Amino acid sequence: MQLRDNLVLKVSTLRSRGVIIDVTVLDVMDSFASRTLHDLVRMIKLRGADTVIVGIQPEVAFAMVQLGLTMEGVPAALDLEEGLAFFNQNSLRKETGPRVK
Amino acid sequence: MKRNGNQPYVSASTPNATTPDQLLRELVAHLRQHRTDLREEWARRITEAQLLTAMSKEEIFAEATSVYDNYVEALETGTFEALQAYARNLSERIIPRGVETNEVVGIVLLLRDVLARSLFAKYQGDFDKLNRILDAYEPAANRIAITVAVGFVQERERTIREQQEAIRELSTPVLQVRERLLILPIIGLIDPQRARQLTEQLLRAIRTNRAKVVVIDITGVAAMDTHVANHLVLTVEASRLLGATVIVTGLSPEISQTLVNIGVDLSKMTTVGDLQGGIEEAERLLGYKVVSSHDLVQQT
Repeated sequence: MQLRDNLVLKVSTLRSRGVIIDVTVLDVMDSFASRTLHDLVRMIKLRGADTVIVGIQPEVAFAMVQLGLTMEGVPAALDLEEGLAFFNQNSLRKETGPRVK
Repeated sequence: MKRNGNQPYVSASTPNATTPDQLLRELVAHLRQHRTDLREEWARRITEAQLLTAMSKEEIFAEATSVYDNYVEALETGTFEALQAYARNLSERIIPRGVETNEVVGIVLLLRDVLARSLFAKYQGDFDKLNRILDAYEPAANRIAITVAVGFVQERERTIREQQEAIRELSTPVLQVRERLLILPIIGLIDPQRARQLTEQLLRAIRTNRAKVVVIDITGVAAMDTHVANHLVLTVEASRLLGATVIVTGLSPEISQTLVNIGVDLSKMTTVGDLQGGIEEAERLLGYKVVSSHDLVQQT
């Protein structure tokens, strides 16, 4: 919750255009976590920035889709590097200010 | 003391003139003494019973000799490790030659029979002694028979498992054709277990090869049911969470019909008619452009 409030606030104060959420260290992603993440992405979107989720482990990814947590509409990338590449490609017009959790 | 010869069993606690240990030693001595003829008798009966037809007479005799010696040793020492190891080794050698379980069980039981008969013959006159000898002999002999049979079956199961694994490994190759482009050709029948393994391998390959696009070619898949189709959709979505786009190619007319009829939601999958189209689409996504060298020469 604190992360959410903080992040949503920072998006405006830093005038971020892109947010990378790195979940590499998460070994488990339950429905609560993924809903929180999904909500977060939507809130950030409302504040005018794009989000990409990076570092989902293969096992976690499969467990998530089995639970029906497909994170629709949320871009995902393999790791931080890919996430940065995603913004560089997609937002030539946007100045990128990625923030890493 | 047991006087009644008709009573079939003597409990070990009955104070006998000779302890079971001594009986067993006597028994082993007897088997050692008659090693040659008993062995021959056994080999003869194996041939008679048409067991081990895959092996020549000499081979049977050679194996019979070592089994016999191991058998006697197991009887003598009461430890089965050596016999177990031998049984495993023997199984390893004879399984590839097509020896069946019933044959192995058959020959072990035959040996048991041959030895028991020789005991009958020897102690014909002394029924009481015969009974006690059999008491010592039978449990050990049964355990030996079980050890050998179980060893054989285990070895066979191990072989089968290894082969299954090899087939499975072979059946799901994940290939990299270009930087960041993987191809997963699927051939044959997909059962739930194979589907799961396929997904695991693909997801792992996506991470290790840092793939952006994956082409799953199912030209070689004849039929698909709801379960497998749903699994395919899950795989596509899981790949997306790893940042890879999946293109499915080679859906046969029958499979397309089935999938639409059973109402699997394929809207999230990109599908292309054939593998070539799929690779072209993948190259487009990755920003590759394939140009023939002739055209290049003409341009310059």
